[in-house]
Amino acid sequence: MSVLVDENTRLIVQGITGKEGTFHAKGCAEYGTKVVGGVTPGKGGSTHEGWPVFDTVAQAVEKTGANATVIFVPPPFAADAILEAEDAGLPLIICITEGIPTNDMVKVWSVVSKSKSRLIGPNCPGVISPGKAKVGIMPGRIHKQGTVGIVSRSGTLTYEAVYQLSQRGIGQSTAIGIGGDPIIGTTHVDALKLLNEDPGTESIILIGEIGGTAEEAAAAYVKAHVKKPVVGFIAGQTAPPGRRMGHAGAIISGGQGTAADKMRALTAAGIHVVQSPAAIGETLAKVIGK
Amino acid sequence: MKIHEYQAKDILERYGVAVPKGEVANTLEEALDVARRLFAGGAKGVVVKAQIHAGGRGKGGGVKVAKTLAQAEEYSTQILGMRLVTHQTGPQGQKVQRLLIEEMSPIARELYLGIVLDRATAKLVFMASQAGGMEIEEVAAKDPDAIFKAYIDPAIGFQPYQARKLAFALGLKPAQINDAVKFMTGLYKVFLETDASLLEINPFITTTDERLLALDCKINFDDNAMFRHKELKELRDTAEEDPLEVEASKYALNYIKLDGNIACMVNGAGLAMATMDIIQYAGGSPANFLDVGGGANQQQIEHAFEILLSDQNVQAVFINIFGGILRVDTLAHGVVEAARKTNVQVPVVLRLEGTNVEQGREILKNSGLNFIIGETMQDAAAKAVAAAQEKASRK
Repeated sequence: MSVLVDENTRLIVQGITGKEGTFHAKGCAEYGTKVVGGVTPGKGGSTHEGWPVFDTVAQAVEKTGANATVIFVPPPFAADAILEAEDAGLPLIICITEGIPTNDMVKVWSVVSKSKSRLIGPNCPGVISPGKAKVGIMPGRIHKQGTVGIVSRSGTLTYEAVYQLSQRGIGQSTAIGIGGDPIIGTTHVDALKLLNEDPGTESIILIGEIGGTAEEAAAAYVKAHVKKPVVGFIAGQTAPPGRRMGHAGAIISGGQGTAADKMRALTAAGIHVVQSPAAIGETLAKVIGK
Repeated sequence: MKIHEYQAKDILERYGVAVPKGEVANTLEEALDVARRLFAGGAKGVVVKAQIHAGGRGKGGGVKVAKTLAQAEEYSTQILGMRLVTHQTGPQGQKVQRLLIEEMSPIARELYLGIVLDRATAKLVFMASQAGGMEIEEVAAKDPDAIFKAYIDPAIGFQPYQARKLAFALGLKPAQINDAVKFMTGLYKVFLETDASLLEINPFITTTDERLLALDCKINFDDNAMFRHKELKELRDTAEEDPLEVEASKYALNYIKLDGNIACMVNGAGLAMATMDIIQYAGGSPANFLDVGGGANQQQIEHAFEILLSDQNVQAVFINIFGGILRVDTLAHGVVEAARKTNVQVPVVLRLEGTNVEQGREILKNSGLNFIIGETMQDAAAKAVAAAQEKASRK
């Protein structure tokens, strides 16, 4: 089993005719994901790389029966793209775009938080259920089907963790990149809840980073609800306060959001916290007895 | 993006938010000219304020009240050009390039107003406190109940009743409430229309003649929104930033200078932070944060390399790449070219993984240059630390 995406996912790509959209639509399709079309306003009725292109998300959903969308629309227009997908009733919206203004996301969240649609991201690598479907920009070949669920705010650090697992012959159920922005649609807690309730996920890797208090909330959730073993890593133990470390959300401000605080909270919740990012795979293997 | 106090106050004025009378001065002559006019206009004194991006200027000796023109000259001479050290500048301080000369205000009470994003609720929150002049983080730590908050629904915006609630909580007099509502509504408008990420009025004062004034003002802008604010981009003062960081920003490289001696180049922000962490874990100290991003081209890699090496503290370079979108062979080409061009004198340790990794390793091997290859992230970090220590001991 797995969560969010699998062989039943029917995916459309918003911004499919752009460079990124084209490249990754092909990447997802090559991995085996059912990509059923795309949306680029003004190019409706044409085909792109064999896929039908629609002017609006609503049309695309109606004609293709899509149940998920992945957004590669540039930052100035990405918030609008999310809202359009929500309006079209898509249950799963995955937004890859990095650099969306925070004020735009405040508005988006006021709609999406009351909606039936689930938003993943923005500023994320997407979601992959190895062997079933890949919706995002991660390198598919490093993954291996299995029972470890992963939730992470970072792209390449997730690949790192996945790689460490696959090298040891340990597969993954679903890896969820929730994104590095201060406002994201699916938080650590939301993702943990999905993985915890998934019978196909037997253990969990939680990767966080400095900034905000989402990891502390995740720790509280784990303590109260999660029986599956959890391994945690927090990036930014050496990050100076007050500086934005690449991700818009990775900033220690007003003494809040330090790696030390988060590691303490995770440890207190019974999570196996590793100090070195190179020890994630090894520790998970030990914890599950492999 | 940060701006100066005088620039922030210019913006407030445009939105009808009251600030003390004053002007910016780049030279002593200009400073005296402004002071003279303020005294002629009836000012009882003028405040000479150093304009640097860091906070804590008053404690560092960068803010002084002059009762006479002669005093204004003395203080302006003192502060202009000084290296001002505050808790935010680091021990090397920041050179004062300009002053804000303002009319002294007759302070009755010092309060606090601020607007920030509350990440937990994904809403903007308007904060007010009676503890003006103190850092809000300090207030939050000592007495969180002393901070009054109004969460703003983005669909309807900041409402007058919310402003009234905050104004009454601050203990403003009935006659001041309407002015306070106007003042706060103005601030909210500034925040929204400039795409600010932080707006603080600290202190927000009431005067002995019952007026409300923004005695200080700090505005940071959301970097992600700068594409729609050409006019605000021009307010950037690169003299306030680290020269290497300014250089990096020209090539869209995400670089932050740190104090250590092992430079790192990584793709992805999370892995870049984790790389800094593993360097420390291996007993070393990172010289920087650098995320070259997922789509870096050869030229960017070259520029990144040059920037890393122009940091005089660097004794070794650690390149940690997990090629997903960024192909490892592209990176290898860039590194080889850059190493040749810059005639690199420090050891370079690489740990490469991902798309086209074999070709990438081949390129490094055939370059004739002396690269050290780490098999795993742990191995590479250990090698980088050892190489830096050896290089440093040979000096």
